[in-house]
Amino acid sequence: MAELRFTEEHEWIRIDGNEGTIGISDYAQEQLGDIVYVELPAVGASLFQGDEAAVVESVKAASEIYAPVAGEVTAVNDELNGDPGIVNQDSMGAGWFIKMKVENTSQLSELMTEQTYKDMVEGLK
Amino acid sequence: MFPSRLRARMTTGRCALVTAVVGPMSDLDPEPTKKTPLHGLHMSLGAKMVPFAGYDMPVQYPAGILAEHIHTRAHAGLFDVSHMGQIRLSGPRAAQDLQTLVPGDITGLAIGDMRYTLFTGNDGGILDDLMVTKVDDGLLLVVNAACKHADFAHLKKSLPSTSAVEMLDDRALLALQGPEALTVLAKLAPEVSGLTFMKAAEIEVAGIACFVSRSGYTGEDGFEISMAADRARELATLLLDASEVEPIGLGARDSLRLEAGLCLYGHDIDGTTTPVEAALSWAIGKRRRIGGGFPGSDVILAQLRNGAPRKRVGVQAEGRAPARDHTEIRAPGGEPIGEITSGGFGPTVGGPVAMGYVTSRFTEVGTPVELVVRGKARPANIVKLPYTPHRYVKTI
Repeated sequence: MAELRFTEEHEWIRIDGNEGTIGISDYAQEQLGDIVYVELPAVGASLFQGDEAAVVESVKAASEIYAPVAGEVTAVNDELNGDPGIVNQDSMGAGWFIKMKVENTSQLSELMTEQTYKDMVEGLK
Repeated sequence: MFPSRLRARMTTGRCALVTAVVGPMSDLDPEPTKKTPLHGLHMSLGAKMVPFAGYDMPVQYPAGILAEHIHTRAHAGLFDVSHMGQIRLSGPRAAQDLQTLVPGDITGLAIGDMRYTLFTGNDGGILDDLMVTKVDDGLLLVVNAACKHADFAHLKKSLPSTSAVEMLDDRALLALQGPEALTVLAKLAPEVSGLTFMKAAEIEVAGIACFVSRSGYTGEDGFEISMAADRARELATLLLDASEVEPIGLGARDSLRLEAGLCLYGHDIDGTTTPVEAALSWAIGKRRRIGGGFPGSDVILAQLRNGAPRKRVGVQAEGRAPARDHTEIRAPGGEPIGEITSGGFGPTVGGPVAMGYVTSRFTEVGTPVELVVRGKARPANIVKLPYTPHRYVKTI
């Protein structure tokens, strides 16, 4: 069963077996506002946990997206090149950024559950 | 993603963290205290507020920066710019006196004429940019919010006592911008259709005594309307009642002026840039070019004759990645030739837009350059400003 985890920096990772799909949370897209550009890594890139995985730019600001866990990039969401606004419309679904082959699924235990993340965001409001 | 990582990376920028979380503006103060007369209206409209130049200002409304920007270019947008400084100079020699501080031809203004000019320093740098309008008993100045106290002190110190300087703290300022601005405002005050670009008059709008100019900061046709602070909400509400009009925050104000190639003080111009370097030579009056007689005129007029070492230009990336302020500009091959001073995404252009300074050898339109974004050099070209053509109404 797919398992959803969040980072304190508002990335999410959905794990299915050893494949992880990564994006940004709904709270993050809402705070960033209109997203106009997403820079994605090369397929095949090896990322350590915490490495810069992508860059998301809203109308005026650039923010970095970090790899929640270590692994190899197996796919990037090319749809975002043509229409980065997908991230605003569906940040938890069609607005995903990258897929990774996760090196060590035990790193997931360092991340937040959906409920913990929701509580954290509630505290930010 | 943010905020903690971003904070670590962005300590060199003045405002990047807040930029990421709340919106695009800078000139932030740690403790915003002041509110414009429209603060309550912004809150009721659901605005996202940010500190800007000492004021709590709307950076965007629920529609968002993109939609607000596009709406302004297509219809009409209402901006609260009450944070800007409104200063009255009165006395029979107000124009002659002000002219000792600016390179513009102020004595040549007829009543109702408005002019863009600059306070210059002795080294030729720009202390602020401002709008000056000639009125019956003197001049009305509109200056940048962040500079208004310094400008006021500068005027007080520099002008003889025969020219009285008064900060009009009891006035609000609205801007109504866009191709439908005229239709909307003329319904409330038919006389406004008699104004052309950079003309102003006292006009009653829906029973409210206003000082209206046909001017703005978006490149579009439009008006700026000054009125008593206690009537501002009433007028703003009336204007927003028009189906053509939406409220527009500072975020879209910034992207609109950037596409229009207009300078933002503190970014594109400041004490280290001269009017010639800033490509604002057009703001130096013909008679002033001969006579001089304004601070830094020796430096500035020499640059007019001999050229400046660098110049403000448009720099457009070929790819999709926006280049932000302080992005390094290089010649192909790697030689550093300048820096971006305003950059981002242009909603009307549909891609990255930027301007910045490059050394004079690279200013020609079409010159290929590189922008270093996140450590990677990316192809770009020097382009003509503005990105979106001005649509000022210069004749009726």
